[in-house]
Order: sequence, then structure tokens, then C-alpha cells
Amino acid sequence: METEVAQHAGGMPQLNFETFPNQIFWLAVALVIVFFIVSRLILPRIGGVLEERHSMISGYLSQASEFRQQAEQAKADYEAAQAEARAEAQRIAAEAKAAIQADLDKAIAKADAEIAAKTAESEKAIAEIRANAVENVHAVATATAAEIVAALMPSVADEAAVAKAVNAQMKG
Amino acid sequence: MAGEAEEATLNIHPMEQFEVKPLFGDGPIHWYTPTNVTLWLFIAIVAIVLLMVMATRGRAVVPSRGQSVAEVIYTFVRTMIVDITGEAGLKYFPYIMTLFLLILFANVLGLLPYSFTVTSHVAVTGVLAILVFTAVTLIGFVVNGTKFLKIFWISEAPLALRPILAVIEIISYFVRPVSHSIRLAGNMMAGHSVIEVFAGFAAVLVAKTPLGVGLLAPVVAIMAVYGLEVLVVTIQAYVFTILTCVYLNDALHPGH
Repeated sequence: METEVAQHAGGMPQLNFETFPNQIFWLAVALVIVFFIVSRLILPRIGGVLEERHSMISGYLSQASEFRQQAEQAKADYEAAQAEARAEAQRIAAEAKAAIQADLDKAIAKADAEIAAKTAESEKAIAEIRANAVENVHAVATATAAEIVAALMPSVADEAAVAKAVNAQMKG
Repeated sequence: MAGEAEEATLNIHPMEQFEVKPLFGDGPIHWYTPTNVTLWLFIAIVAIVLLMVMATRGRAVVPSRGQSVAEVIYTFVRTMIVDITGEAGLKYFPYIMTLFLLILFANVLGLLPYSFTVTSHVAVTGVLAILVFTAVTLIGFVVNGTKFLKIFWISEAPLALRPILAVIEIISYFVRPVSHSIRLAGNMMAGHSVIEVFAGFAAVLVAKTPLGVGLLAPVVAIMAVYGLEVLVVTIQAYVFTILTCVYLNDALHPGH
């Protein structure tokens, strides 16, 4: 060993051509082995894994966009249903309001009519009462006047003249 | 190291770590002799299998830590090829991945203390570079026929300059495997030697300074160089691979 080192002590081991065949042979062996491992095992395996991951991720992405579309569709459906419900509610409210208004109008009209009827009846009663009162006054005045005339001047007591005078007086 | 410290002399052999030694016995090194080259190449293979095969065994959609690292390396090399050569280069993905993994793991394992750095030898990097050079040249002619020669004939340049440029282009083309291999081996060798030299200083300074306080300087220096080396070994694996892609791109699309 020592002698061998001493032999090449002057030069670089890299330039010791005696070792070249040995290095080249073992390099060739190693190259063939590594080439075999690389082309048969490493490249197909890692290439496959990367390919698989790529397709998986793009699959997930398309699935996600599909889900998103579905969610947006659901949201649109929900909003449409909500708008419909709101319109329905407004329609029902308007209907109810209209029905109530109609009932109210009818009731008011009925009440007005009743009031008008009562008023007319009352006016009629008042007019009757007034007419009766005038008649009574006429009767009482005629009787009272006849009594007074008979008491004061029994000679000229004439019931027809008295009635005539009272009438004339009351018209005035 | 301990022996050197006791001697307390400057006894540094920065190149000793690069010696190719037989694993068993002391005999001569034949082409088939199992050596430390064999050992560290196989440790690299085991590490590659552990990270790239065992850690990805689950084939999990949500990866474990090991699988994430393996996926990062895969994506990194694949993106590099597609960016530089386009989809056409993916045909050569397995070999480029082989190069990157083997160089990266040999480089990183070389940073372990007492390890042997396979990629610090020009014999190894030279073979890798010549394989790339040969393959790229063949691919260039097979894919493009004689049109491949256009890479030496710069059509954007003035006509008078083209022959001169062609000579320069041809020289630079044939220098490619040299620079490709020396760059990697040189980087590996230099950093490891520097660490070894500082370690030798440490052994001397421990013995020669009171309480061994002199140890501090080389230890700090080794830490700094080691940090740099972690960067360098990764970058050199990347550089070797990206240059392979660039050469491959020239072969696939010679028109620039």
C-alpha cells in the first residue's frame, strides 16, 4: 500500500491510467443499472403519480365548480320561491283589504239608508205632530171663542161665524 | 489524522483521497477488480433507489417528505429538458435523468468524510461526456441528416466571415466533451483537496498552539469551504445535465 502511494506520490491519481479500465468498467455497470432503474421504475412511477394527482385535482376542481353551480341554482330557486311567496302574500292582503272595504262600504250604505229612513219617519212624525197641534189649537180656539162669545153676548152666538173668525184669525 | 497530529509535522496528502484502491487485498487493479470506485458507485445506486424508488413506494397523491423530494427532482429535470429542447427532448428523459441522478449522488456522497468521489476522476466524467458527445452527434445526423452541419455554418454572419467562424465552431464542438468532463472532475477535485489541506493544517495547529486554540481557524475555514462545496456539488450536477440538454438541443434544432 505504502509503496503504491509512493509510486504515484508525484502525480495526480486522476492521471494514473492503470486504473482507467477499472473505473470505466464499473461506471458502465453503474450506468446500466441506474438507467434500468430510472427507465423501468422511477420515471413511470413518479410520472404516473404526478399524472394521477393532476387529473385528481382537475377532477376536484370541476366537481367544485359543479357544486358551486348547484348552490347558485339553489339560491336562485330559493329567491324565486321567496318572491313568489311575497307576491302571494301581497295578493292575499289586497284581497282581504278589498273584501273588508266592500263590507264596510255596504255597512256604511246600509247605515246611511237607515239613518235617512229614520230621519224621514221622524220628519213625518214631527209634521203630523205639528199638524195635530194646529188642529187642536184651532179646535180649542174655536171652542174657547164660542164660549167667550156665548158668555159675553149670548144673543149673537153663532157657531159658524165664530169658526169663520177663528179661521181668519189663525191664517193671519 | 490522529497519527499526523502526534507527529506534528506538516504531512498533508490532499490527493490521497482520490487514490483508486482495491477493496480486498493489495493486488494489482484489473478492469474487473472491485475497488473503491465500485463501492461508491454502488452506494450511490443504493441511495438513488432509497430516495427515488423506496420513498415513492406509496405512490401517494399527498406525498410523504421523501416522495416530495423525488418528485421535485423529477419535475426539475423534466422542466429543464422541455425548457431547453422542447417536447422532442423528452425522448431522452431516461438517460438525462440517469446522468443527473448518478452525478448528483456521486457528488453529494463524495462530501462525506473518508468517502471517495467517483466524479472527481476524469476517467469517469470523460466517459460520461464522450457518451453524451457521441450520442448527440449521432442524434443530430439521424434527425436532421446533413442539415446538422448547419450548426457550423452561421448564416447570420457576413459571408466572408463564415468559413472562419466554421473553423472556430468545429473546434469548439470537438472541445465540448473535454470542457464538459474537466469542469465536473476539476470542481470536485479542487474543493475536496482544499478541505483536505485545511484539515492537515488543523492537525498541526492543534499540537503547536497552547490548548489547541489554533484549531479554530482551519475549522472555520473548513466549515466555510464545506458550505461552498455543498453548493458546488449540486450546481455541477445541474451544469453537467443542463449542458447535455443544450448539446441535445443543438442536435435536435441545428438552425438555432
